[in-house]
Amino acid sequence: MKVIQHLIRTPESAIGLGILVLLALVALLAPVLSPGDPLRIAARPLLAPFTDPSFPLGTDRLGRDVLAGIIHGARTSLAVGIAAAFAAIAFGFCIGLTAGFAGGLVDEALMRVVDAFQIVPSFLLALAFVSVIGASAPVVVIAISLGAWADPARLTRAQVLSIRERDYVASARVIGMHPVEIALKEILPNALPPVLALSAIIVAAAILTEAALSFLGLGDPNVVTWGSMIAEGRNILRSSPSLSIFPGIALIVTVVGVYLFSEGLTKTLAGRRAEE
Amino acid sequence: MLLIVVVLTFLLLESASGDAVDAYLLSIGGGDAAVARSLRQAYGLDQSMAARLWLYLSSLMKLDLGWSIAFDRPVLDLVVERLPNTLLLMGSATALSFGLGSALGIVAGARPESPRDRVLSTISLILYAIPSFWLGLVLSIIFAVQLRWLPTSGIETIASGKAGLARAADIARHLVLPVGALALIYMALFLRVMRSGMAEAWQLDFVLFARSKGLSRTRIVLRHVARNALLPLVTMLGLQSAAMLGGSVVIESIFSIPGFGRLAQEAVSGRDAPLLMGIIIVSAVLVICVNLVIDIVYAALDPRVGASESGG
Repeated sequence: MKVIQHLIRTPESAIGLGILVLLALVALLAPVLSPGDPLRIAARPLLAPFTDPSFPLGTDRLGRDVLAGIIHGARTSLAVGIAAAFAAIAFGFCIGLTAGFAGGLVDEALMRVVDAFQIVPSFLLALAFVSVIGASAPVVVIAISLGAWADPARLTRAQVLSIRERDYVASARVIGMHPVEIALKEILPNALPPVLALSAIIVAAAILTEAALSFLGLGDPNVVTWGSMIAEGRNILRSSPSLSIFPGIALIVTVVGVYLFSEGLTKTLAGRRAEE
Repeated sequence: MLLIVVVLTFLLLESASGDAVDAYLLSIGGGDAAVARSLRQAYGLDQSMAARLWLYLSSLMKLDLGWSIAFDRPVLDLVVERLPNTLLLMGSATALSFGLGSALGIVAGARPESPRDRVLSTISLILYAIPSFWLGLVLSIIFAVQLRWLPTSGIETIASGKAGLARAADIARHLVLPVGALALIYMALFLRVMRSGMAEAWQLDFVLFARSKGLSRTRIVLRHVARNALLPLVTMLGLQSAAMLGGSVVIESIFSIPGFGRLAQEAVSGRDAPLLMGIIIVSAVLVICVNLVIDIVYAALDPRVGASESGG
């Protein structure tokens, strides 16, 4: 509760939190808000937006409801973004923890792999991975996290290296604590917060990457995503640009929400550390 | 390090369920098993994985990136042919975003928390949240479809017969929209980094000292605060070069620019593993080169890293 109070102290992070809560509700309640398959043909094709009250944002080339697509697309965007960021942070955190704690040759070898992943453009990597394995939601999640785990790994390692020299870790060693116990009880809880502050940025990047992948036709073909809606609208961009514009706005609002929230989160974490 | 990239990419592409021969047979409408076998033999696809990895590495030493199956040409030729367009796109976008971003960052950071700073920060936050492909589409709706000021796609007018300056002007006109779409988003990033760097620099002792000396505000902002905030920006430039290369894949596909990114997309659709691999390796080399240059620039900017201070 205290964290939430901290978070809504600044107007920016309150807005960010509001946007995210609203989006999460829309995503969770999608089957209630717009029942039925969003990919089904609902009305006459190319209905202009704001003309028919039952289809406020109009319909696309095949007569699919644009608003329904955006509501259901929120599910995919949030789910893929959060899952990919979670996977990337969990994996990066483990690698960073191992590298920082083991040191020596293990550290050296792991960090070279991190370097290798950082110099390859992560979008190209995701593109190659999806095209090789075939597009489906889990594959897209893995592909995105493949390019995103290197940053948290590096940050975690730096944290571990600085924390393991602190006095309380030294005293834990002196009283004969097992190294694994030290890692889990002393180092892990203190290394985690800065990495978590990074998580919102990774979620935002993951949402944008997922959109770009499905825009290029490499998303899961069986679900609606905002990226694929933009790509679909692109074919008739000249006559009805709104088909591409609405899902784009939904994307921007989501990502702005995540950024605002992350700024609030970073400030809160920094403030908490200052209070201690 | 590059070796790790090569081996990992190789293993990744090895895990594919179908190979280029499958894709090729599919595109010519199928073929019998004997044809497939002889094709695989010709491309060396029937050997063991370790043998092929070794073969690939040893030919890489001779700068041979292999043979593209989809284009039926050497991979190196294709990459070298497409690279200039992407470098032109990336280079101009980087220059524009870095210049504009740091200039606006100075404007915003000159008086942190002022209304001007708030407006610029909000705009940059929104810009940074925009997916580049969407911005590209919207820009082309406005400037190419509605206003008809600029061309929608391509790198130059096909078969225009232009040469010299006229051709350069033609290419520049084609590049305005893609460069704009890419640059605006990264400009927002540079603006944010510059602004926060400047906000921090205001708290430093030497800035307080400069203020107590009674130096004019402009002088303090430009010579002391901005100069100090420029360093993290240069580091950021290096970190972002890989992301920018990835971003150009999407931008090139929207504006149909025959560059590196389009090549990657074509390699993906043709299931062309050697080509895709060559692209990933070359882009890694490119990122390493950019970072090398950045390190040199950094040393020149930061007196602590070695080089002497000039004109400061």
